[in-house]
Parts: sequence; C-alpha cells; structure tokens
Amino acid sequence: MAATTPKPPVTGFGPLNGILTWVDQRFPLMAQWNEHAAEYYAPKNFNFWYYFGSLAGLVLVIQIASGIFLTMNYKPDAASAFASVEYIMRDVPGGWFIRYVHSTGASMFFICVYLHMVRGVMYGSYRKPRELIWIFGVLIYLSLMGEAFFGYLLPWGQMSYWGAQVIINLFGTIPFIGEALAVWIRGDYNVSDATLNRFFALHVIALPLVLLGLVGAHIMALHEVGSNNPDGVEIKKDIDPKSGHARDGIPFHPYYTVKDTFGVAIFLIVFSVIVFFSPEVGGYFLEANNFIPADPLKTPEHIAPVWYFTPFYAMLRGVPPMFGSQFPGVAVMGAATLILFLLPWLDRGRVKSIRYRGNKYRTWFTLFVISFLILGYLGVEPTTVWGEFSKGVPIVGGDYIALWVARVLTVIYFLFFLLMPWYTAHDNERPEPARVVW
Amino acid sequence: MKRILALLLALPALAFASGGGVQLDHAPVNLQDRASLQRGAAIFVNHCLNCHSASAMRYARLEDLGLNEAQIRDNLMFAAEKIGETMVAPNDPAIAKAAFGVVPPDLSLVGRSKGADWLYTYLRSFYRDPKSKTGWNNTVFPNVAMPHVLWEFQGVQDLEVTKRMDPNTGDEIVHSKLVLERPGKLSRLDYDQYTADLVNFLSYMGEPAQTDRKFWGILALFLLAGFAVVSLMLKNEYWKDVK
Repeated sequence: MAATTPKPPVTGFGPLNGILTWVDQRFPLMAQWNEHAAEYYAPKNFNFWYYFGSLAGLVLVIQIASGIFLTMNYKPDAASAFASVEYIMRDVPGGWFIRYVHSTGASMFFICVYLHMVRGVMYGSYRKPRELIWIFGVLIYLSLMGEAFFGYLLPWGQMSYWGAQVIINLFGTIPFIGEALAVWIRGDYNVSDATLNRFFALHVIALPLVLLGLVGAHIMALHEVGSNNPDGVEIKKDIDPKSGHARDGIPFHPYYTVKDTFGVAIFLIVFSVIVFFSPEVGGYFLEANNFIPADPLKTPEHIAPVWYFTPFYAMLRGVPPMFGSQFPGVAVMGAATLILFLLPWLDRGRVKSIRYRGNKYRTWFTLFVISFLILGYLGVEPTTVWGEFSKGVPIVGGDYIALWVARVLTVIYFLFFLLMPWYTAHDNERPEPARVVW
Repeated sequence: MKRILALLLALPALAFASGGGVQLDHAPVNLQDRASLQRGAAIFVNHCLNCHSASAMRYARLEDLGLNEAQIRDNLMFAAEKIGETMVAPNDPAIAKAAFGVVPPDLSLVGRSKGADWLYTYLRSFYRDPKSKTGWNNTVFPNVAMPHVLWEFQGVQDLEVTKRMDPNTGDEIVHSKLVLERPGKLSRLDYDQYTADLVNFLSYMGEPAQTDRKFWGILALFLLAGFAVVSLMLKNEYWKDVK
C-alpha cells in the first residue's frame, strides 16, 4: 500500500472537528464541501428568478420522500389501485397529507422547472460555455414529463386511464412501427393491469434514478463552469489577484444557502396553502373525473391532460390530420420539445442577457412567452371555447376560432427558435457592462 | 387505434355540443353543521345504501360527526356486523344490473367527482317521464337509470315545455321548467333542506379529512411564517457584508 500523507485536520466546526477530520482523512468530505458550497463562488447579483433551481431540487426531495410513504400503502394492481389510494386518504394515519403533498408536488415541480427554464432563456444561461448544463436541463425536463405521465396512471381513475390511453395512442400514429410500439409500451392491446405494473416500476424506480443522475450531472456541469447571472457578465473575467476569486462572486455558503433558505420558507407557505386548503386547485392539480375509478368501457366527456402538458396538447389538436393520420400533430408536439436542445446553437447574440438585448429579441421573446401561455390555456379548454368563425369568412369560415389561434401561436413558438440565428445576429444590442450591476 | 385517437381528440367538442346547459343551484354545504351531517348520514343509510355502496367509508368513521359507537350501531348500521366495516350495499350487483341496466355506482367519492352543486340540483330535478324505463327522468342527468327514490318526500314533478316564436327573428324558443304536480310528504323548502343535508353528508364522505386538514394547515402556516421571518433576518444579517 502506498504511503499517504494525512490531510490537515478540519477546523472551524467546533466540537465536530474531530469526527469530521476522521471522515475527511478517509473520504473527500471537505473537498466536496468546498467545491460545491464554501468555495463555490456565485455572482452576487442573483435576483428573484434564481430561487427556482434550488426549489426544484427541494421538490425532487419532497417527491421522493412522500413517494416512499405512498408506496408503502399503494397497490399497483388494476383491481385494487383505486381503492388503495382511498385507503391512503382515509385509513392511513396522515395519509391524506402524504398524498396531497405528492400530488401538489407534481404540479409545483413543473412550476419551478418552467420558471427556472424561462430564467435560463431570459439571461442566456444556455450560452457557451454552459451548453451542456442546458442539455442536461432539457433532459431533466423530458424525464420529468415521463415521470409525471407514468405517475398519473397510478391512481387508476378515469382521467388516469383515458389520459394514458390518448398519450400511448400518440405513439401509435408513428408510421410503420406505431401500432407495435404502442402495444410494446402498454404490454397489452389496451391500457390494463400490465400497463399499470410497468408504469409503477418506471415511476418509482427507473425515472427517479434517471432524474437523480441528471440532476447530479446538471449541478456538476454548473459548478465546473460557474453560474451565469442576470447581467450575463462572466464574473471570472475579473479576478481579484489577492484572493484569487472573482470580484463579483460570493461563496455559495453561507450567502446563497441562507438566501435560498428564505426562498424555501416562502415556497413552503405557498405549498402548504395548496395542500391544506385547496389541494384540487379548482381541478387543475387534481381533476374531478379522476375520483371515478377507471372504466375501460366508458370514455369521459372531456379528456384534457394536466395543465403542465397543455401547451403541447393545444399544438397537437391544432395540426390537422394528414393522409388520415394524426402523426403530423404528434411530430409537431415532439419537435416542440426537442427543439429546446438546439437553443445554444441558434442564438448568435453578442450579449447573453435580455437586459442588453435589442428590440428584435425582446419582441420575439415576449411573443414566445405569451404564445406558450395562451397555448397552455387553450389546451385546458375544449376547442369550442371561443366559438366559430362565421361561415362567410374565407379559408377559416366555420372553423373553431381557438383552433386557428392555436395554429398561429404554434407557428410563433417555432419561429422564435428557427429565426433566432437571424434576429439575434442583427439586433440593436447594448454593450454589456464590465461588471455586474449591483 | 388511430380512429380512437381521432375520436378522442374530437371528443371535447362533441361533449360540449351536447352538454345541455342546466343551471346548477348552489348547494348550502356546511361541514361544521353536525346536525345536518348526522341527518344526511341517516338519509344516506336509509335510502341510498340499499343499492349504492360507499366502499371506502367505514361506519366507525361516523364518529367524526359527533356520534358514539352505540348511536352508530343502533341507528345507522343495518347492513354490517362490525363497526369497522365499510358501507357495502346488501343487494347483489348482478341483480341490480339486470334491473337498472347498470350497477349502481359506488358513492364514496361522488361528492368530489360530481360536486355538491350538481348533486343538490340533480336530487331535486327528477320528473315523471312515461317514455323512460323507470317512469322517471332527470333534467340534470338525462335518461338516468335511477328512479326517483325520494319521490315520496318531494312529490311528483312534471316537465312543462313551452314553445314560442321569437317575434324578431322568427326562431322557435323552447323553454322548459319543472312543476310540482303532486306534493310529497315534505314542503318544497323542507325537501330542499332534506337534500341539502344529504349533499352535505356526501361532500363530507368524499373527503373525510377535509375539516381536519384545515386545522393542521393553520398550524403549519404559523410555523412556516415564523421560519420565514427568522430566515429573512438571518439572510439580511449575512448579506450586510456583500458590497
């Protein structure tokens, strides 16, 4: 065995110094602590938008913890799944709390992730050298969609069942392999007990592992290159020669640990208001139809996905079937998520942050956000929501207004990405400041 | 499968085209009103539980409504031996299916799936319809399989349909309203209260934890408000140094 020089003892932790020294000489404890917290220098000008990364991490922990307790009482069996959820709600001590925490956590996860993503877009956090952080992030988003979809089947209510039916049938529209693929996903010709069992396995084991791995990679990549900030200025360009650290940087611990703790407190207040006073959130977090057990013979009147999928659902509905197939709509929906991967290479702006971007980018960004929100709204509502165009109008006459609005907004969504290389390259940007604004 | 998908995508439009537009009355739900909940429980076990189960609801849980075990046993438990049992209807589902065409649905969660306003309006909207199998129909749930079980309390309603011509457009305006043809044992107001009690109980039964969770919610918010204040002070203390 090679001789090892013992590391210097750990100091600064009072009575814990002894035990920490013992561990540190056998495990890279302090090295990790310093790399990711005490000596990770983050820009000092993080604003409100920067809470949602750590909050998304918190929700992941909440979902895992509440999920473990749900699994202790839930039965992944088509004959008893629905009743086992009600057993949790009524007979398991505190069961309703665990269940509502988990159902609220699902939606809050998406709220945090959407806000975290829009922050990344606004401040150009996906730009070189942070492309890989963005890619890991998009993979997290896609995994989260899968995780939410698999989990939504488990209560085995009407919406669970028919929502899964619709989404799996989307795969069925893929030319040539579609039908076989749909059967392979379901493990049956219909959504059934076999489907429930495999979705349970994917929801409680496979995707949580993938998510944890991706979140680890996301943070490691972030700490390798350093955080962006609302000004898009690279703080590493201005190092204080005395300390060796960026002048605009502050150690993550204690500054951002205490700041994020405050964010956690506010977030938990919002979370608790939902869990304890309005867990259904008017049908957006828990749908009324899902309190009816799954019935394969009875299609509910109105099938709509949960709110976090509705922008894509509105796109799907907006695309008309071609050659008797819904596949074009499915392809558009898929492209709308996959195009996110290309973002780092589509943007040719000389500045990162929206603060210094020109009017062209700002206009496109605003249109993009508004389009996404309205698409989300339209996906919740039936296509009839805004009525029809009168018969005499050319082209659109007699069609549903909401359908055409969704089409236009879908085009805007894609143009935001596809035209980006041009409008960012020829924009009246202002020069970035040398240091962050504080 | 592709056809199913096309159908499902078109469905929302179809559903809303045929959804009617019955105005629902506001149900006076009050989960603090224990007397109303107890009356509702009695109506439920006497009139609903003969055909409909509430398989997630245990008799013992009725203690939530301020009843003790003896009271539950003597007044509300007709179809079970042990107080810990769930409310299962004594009838045979196969016979029910033969009689009504459908198995009467479990009502444990009907307060959540249908909502109190729907139930309250539905229970007061049965009318005589000689064309239907049971002789009854309902404006909120057209062609419902269930006959008007509470008819002796409400009495018998008829649907009065009047048609007239709009003088400006010439379109036909159809107006329908329910009229009490033969009064029942209860006056109109008393029957409203009777159904309100039942709906109150159904709302409670949909989620028995409802009243409890608000208490814990207030406690949680107090604790979290304290946590927020302390963490804000801590944050401000540290951030004083950031120049």
